[in-house]
Amino acid sequence: MSNGVGKVEYVSYLEHKGKYTGIMSWLTTMDHKRISLMYMYGVMTFFFVGVVLGLTMKVEHLTPGETIMKAQTYNGVFTVHGIIMIFMVVIPGLSAVFGNFFLPILIGGKDVSFPKLNLFSWYLYITGSILAVVSQFMKAGPPDSGWTFYAPYSSSTGTSVIMATTAAFILGFSSILTGLNFIVTVHRMRAPGMKFFNMPLFPWSLYATAWIQLLATPVIGITLVMLIAERLFKIGFFDPALGGDPILFQHLFWIYSHPAVYVMILPAMGAITEIIPTFCQKKIYGYKAIALSSLAIAGVGFLVWGHHMYTSGMSENARWFFSLLTFIVAVPSAIKVFNWILTMYKGSIDLKPPFLYALSFIFLFIIGGTTGLLLGSVATNVQVHDTAFVVAHFHYIIFGGMGFAFFAAIHYWLPKMYGRMYNIKIANIAAVINFIGFNILYFPQFVIGMQGMPRRYYDYPAEFQPAQIFSSIGGFILAFGLVMMVWNLVKGARSGEKAPDNPWGGSTLEWTLPSPPSLENFDEAPVIKENPYDYK
Amino acid sequence: MFSNASNFVHGVDNAFLFILGVSLFFLVALTALMIYFVIRYSRKRHPHAVQIKDNTALEITWITIPMILVLIMFYMGWEGFLPMRQAPKDAMRVVAIGKMWKWEFQYPGNKFADTLLLPINKPVKIDLFSPDVLHGFSVPSFRIKEDVVPGKNNYSWFIPGEIGEYDLFCTVYCGVSHSYMHGIIKIVKQEDYDKWIAAIPVRKALPSNNGFKVLEKNGCVACHSIDGSKSVGPTFKGIYGTSVDVTIDGKPQKVTVDDKYIKSSIYDPNKEVVTGYVPGMMKSYKDIIKENEVKEISDYLKTLK
Repeated sequence: MSNGVGKVEYVSYLEHKGKYTGIMSWLTTMDHKRISLMYMYGVMTFFFVGVVLGLTMKVEHLTPGETIMKAQTYNGVFTVHGIIMIFMVVIPGLSAVFGNFFLPILIGGKDVSFPKLNLFSWYLYITGSILAVVSQFMKAGPPDSGWTFYAPYSSSTGTSVIMATTAAFILGFSSILTGLNFIVTVHRMRAPGMKFFNMPLFPWSLYATAWIQLLATPVIGITLVMLIAERLFKIGFFDPALGGDPILFQHLFWIYSHPAVYVMILPAMGAITEIIPTFCQKKIYGYKAIALSSLAIAGVGFLVWGHHMYTSGMSENARWFFSLLTFIVAVPSAIKVFNWILTMYKGSIDLKPPFLYALSFIFLFIIGGTTGLLLGSVATNVQVHDTAFVVAHFHYIIFGGMGFAFFAAIHYWLPKMYGRMYNIKIANIAAVINFIGFNILYFPQFVIGMQGMPRRYYDYPAEFQPAQIFSSIGGFILAFGLVMMVWNLVKGARSGEKAPDNPWGGSTLEWTLPSPPSLENFDEAPVIKENPYDYK
Repeated sequence: MFSNASNFVHGVDNAFLFILGVSLFFLVALTALMIYFVIRYSRKRHPHAVQIKDNTALEITWITIPMILVLIMFYMGWEGFLPMRQAPKDAMRVVAIGKMWKWEFQYPGNKFADTLLLPINKPVKIDLFSPDVLHGFSVPSFRIKEDVVPGKNNYSWFIPGEIGEYDLFCTVYCGVSHSYMHGIIKIVKQEDYDKWIAAIPVRKALPSNNGFKVLEKNGCVACHSIDGSKSVGPTFKGIYGTSVDVTIDGKPQKVTVDDKYIKSSIYDPNKEVVTGYVPGMMKSYKDIIKENEVKEISDYLKTLK
């Protein structure tokens, strides 16, 4: 192994021979890059399970009344769709996949600080995921409480809620440990000369995210344990029949689950911030503003959970206070959007798939963000809270935001991760199909939501049917685009053309390495630039 | 928009239009700018990027303007919302009972109705009550929505301003028939209301049977009717002593409904599920309904012929 002295023969991390070979070399690996790929295979698999569940709901909504399933089945489907997508896809999404792969590389490190803990986190992720999937097939039936597990319904329904909450609890620990690992990595593993303000912005966003994971996730952990204790031992925390308080559950749940939205979106913003300068060949505009706005979002994001509960009967003072803070947290997100767009000004723009996805991201994120303003204002919240409007807003942020950023990131970094290139033309076509399908799928939900269509409705009044059909058609277009995209990526990763070390002309450290990188990333100490985006 | 259906419509719609307008402006302007840059500075037209310096004045501007805009939005939202929590003292009172999965309205004088019929132009305060789980009291046309929380007092109020029928939806997920928990609010002239309310009989006290009280307290009758009507679970009417088809571990069998079966159905509900009903719909009431209470239920069911 290298000590930075002399040349070492290059062997990619994919071909590196360790103690074991074959599948065991993956299951026992402590290489952050291999762990990243293992997360990615998990995330993509569960993503498609979630997509199929989502599509069955779209088919069910083609007609009012029963189309293909009974009400109880529908309630199980939307609950499981939520649990899978939130806890198994979106939360680990960018941070565990691309964070694991690129955080150490972008700061010039050889690995994360605690490689064993990293592998352990992956095992927790898989254990939790398997439990969540198993809970669907238990005799008592799939959980039907919604992914929010609101008490007292969740403490009284007969379905396998305990199994599902245990799964979420274990997945939470995976998230906490990843967060801890990343915080220490950023503090301890930076290459000599790499100061905080020399770091690229993806590490900055991961750093902010990691603090949320570390500080907020324990709250959901203990809340789910309380719920389990209530069900098993009849301890009255939340169920008024046992002397508990259902609003307490909502507070505890959202103290985690609101910051969790930033766990999802901050790394997505970080990835977009890497992609835009590369394809514009331009220094990012407002480096410090973007770095600090990540921390601002993470900080203020802890204090706005009450905006999920305006109608819960909490006091008027709590309502205006949470509303005010909610509006304030919108500003740093707006700043990032301005910075991204201004980075394009006088750039030299190369419209490749990652950049196309980044543009889609910005558009969808503006819609998601501004509709969030309608939800954050206490008066208009009354009109749209708990309706299809929330469903649309949420999907625009999480899928249009985090999902499209994930797609941007995978198209950006796949040549580095596998050393091969996908078909650019097919990728562009799939990106356009995804963008169109996405908007047809979710935009009508804003409209019927404003008209009062409540969410989590198995059946609906007939006047909403045209919009529902329109939306379902979008669902199928999007699913088609997703299959096309993944097929193209898989084909590229397995048998695409060999990718050069720096296919896009990027300026950050990962592009100085061979594609794919060697086991220890840097055989020689990396050269640290004053500004990571120093395009000439 | 801007109907006169309730006194809140204007406040809510004002805030809505303002926020929507500002949002659309930014969406269109930013998207147009983005597309313009992509075309104007494409690599073909503009092969070499020009690096520009950060401009503090510009950054301060685009922090300050959004900050002012969102504070205005916040204020308009607050202004539209505040009256919703200031019910007049002399408002007429009705209790809305949201239970799995129907709405019932209790008028003064112990009168009950399934439809919320109200006189026009008269403030009414709705006290929200749930005996089981969370529900949502939502009337989109009136721009009102408040959760119905078991064990807590919450309310809504409004002044209806137009005669007509309005949808009442349950907006907080409450189980299998959540989407069927729909009600009608009917706004009529004062004299029509007076006639209607006078015709409603005063409800007599509920059966004072101990067994019935246990069933009522634990929400059993939400799913198991006592009048023979079909619901989520089998009806209690006439069930005692009959023989029912059940599924045990996937195998169909016949059992007689006796004290033993009733006890097992309460403590281990998923063991012997009546054929045609979905397992997992009911939790175990072990330690919640005591043994002597189970006996009282059995005795009560015997009387339901």
